[in-house]
Amino acid sequence: MNEYAPSASLDRPLAAGEALVSSPRTGSPLRAAALVLARDLKLAFRKRGQWIQPLIFFAIVTALFPLGISPELSRLREIAPGALWIGALLSSLLALEFLFRDDAHDGTLEQYALSGQSLMWLLLAKTVAHWLLTGLPLALMAPVAALALGAPLSSVPGIVAAVAIGSVALSLIGSIGAALTLGVRRSGVLLPLLTLPLSVPVLIFGASAAAYAIKGESYSAPLYGLGALAVLALTLAPLASAAAVRISLE
Amino acid sequence: MAWTWFHRLGSPPYIYGLATRLTAWFAWPAGLLIAYGLYAGLFVAPADYQQGDGYRIIFLHAPSAYMSVMVYTVMAISAGIGLIWRIKIAHAAAASCAVVGATFTVLTLVTGSLWGKPMWGTYWEWDPRLTSELLLLFLYLGYMGLRSAFDDVQRADRASAVLAIVGIIDVPIIHFSVIWWNSLHQAPSLMKFGKPSMPPEMYLPILAVFLGFTLLFAALLLTRLRAEVLNRERTATWIREVVSA
Repeated sequence: MNEYAPSASLDRPLAAGEALVSSPRTGSPLRAAALVLARDLKLAFRKRGQWIQPLIFFAIVTALFPLGISPELSRLREIAPGALWIGALLSSLLALEFLFRDDAHDGTLEQYALSGQSLMWLLLAKTVAHWLLTGLPLALMAPVAALALGAPLSSVPGIVAAVAIGSVALSLIGSIGAALTLGVRRSGVLLPLLTLPLSVPVLIFGASAAAYAIKGESYSAPLYGLGALAVLALTLAPLASAAAVRISLE
Repeated sequence: MAWTWFHRLGSPPYIYGLATRLTAWFAWPAGLLIAYGLYAGLFVAPADYQQGDGYRIIFLHAPSAYMSVMVYTVMAISAGIGLIWRIKIAHAAAASCAVVGATFTVLTLVTGSLWGKPMWGTYWEWDPRLTSELLLLFLYLGYMGLRSAFDDVQRADRASAVLAIVGIIDVPIIHFSVIWWNSLHQAPSLMKFGKPSMPPEMYLPILAVFLGFTLLFAALLLTRLRAEVLNRERTATWIREVVSA
């Protein structure tokens, strides 16, 4: 069966792209974005190993802190918020490699740009898929690492909420960096240099929410801060990513 | 037409000539103001009642800190102009800003840490001002790194312009988040509403250095812009006429 035959069905991973290309300027941007989201999730489901790697990386990074600093739980509890968030930052950075690269290589991004649909919405859908595949599992994994670093069980809801909201902002900020380095041959070192300084506010609010949660105090203030950052990134980052992808396709 | 002066600003030969003529008009006042400000600040101004003579590094530190942020703003605005209206000269100006801004940022960090040693007892403190200045340096380095990663000047221009604009939105957020995180730095004594909390013998030299550094930046920007234009237009015929003349 020809993989590239036009089709509107969703049985095959290419279907979303084909549907967009075969019927340009029809359908709402939300419908197109939903198709892209479904396609990305389906593709990711077929390459499960790739999406587990950032989680394993996160587990290893957090396991290095007791080895490097001290195995005493009382001292680990002090550094647990920072250790968790640095692990989350690095693992989300690692996962950014998968965000646009494959689609840029096989020309899918180019087709999206030519499809007549709003590129911003399509990239936002890709970023949402990316968050579902990296941010959400990270939020579920973070409390496990926190408990291992000596955090009390009562801190689990706070840590899950902080990592879940913060990783939305991280994925969106990262999507700008990933889009900017698309046209670059060796982006390995450049991507962290671009993304990490911009992610500092997420680290600050995220770590303070985790610290309050571990101390058993109210963590709602930093959580609202994280929410504000996530909403701001949600509003502006897709615009910047779309501009950057267009530049890389020129 | 009334708008021809504006359109001429997009022409590389015109800009090159204009920059050549204007540089001296910025450079000389800059030199005089900085010389006056540093002399009056380092030798004439009275010692601080609390910090003694140690405070005098403020005459270099505060103006360069202001420049590090100002240059980034100029860079982001000209990158935005270049991106939106596709004006190549604006991109060239943004590219010329980066090194100057990064230098002012390094100067701020070095003078700040030298000031920190006698006053706080440490060269480096994880204080919000210091940390956000360090992050500003990383933003400049990221901008320069992204530029150098592209072989094609136009793609480098446009990609780095997006980064500069994202940065200008994020710089205040980074700054304030770092302030809420932790604070030790002294409160502003000059850049605030109302009367400055220092005598005129102190703030007049600082203002002179502020103005001098701004003019120095203009002179450096024009000089770097000329180099940038020469490099970008190296195949154009008007370059041969300029260089041989």
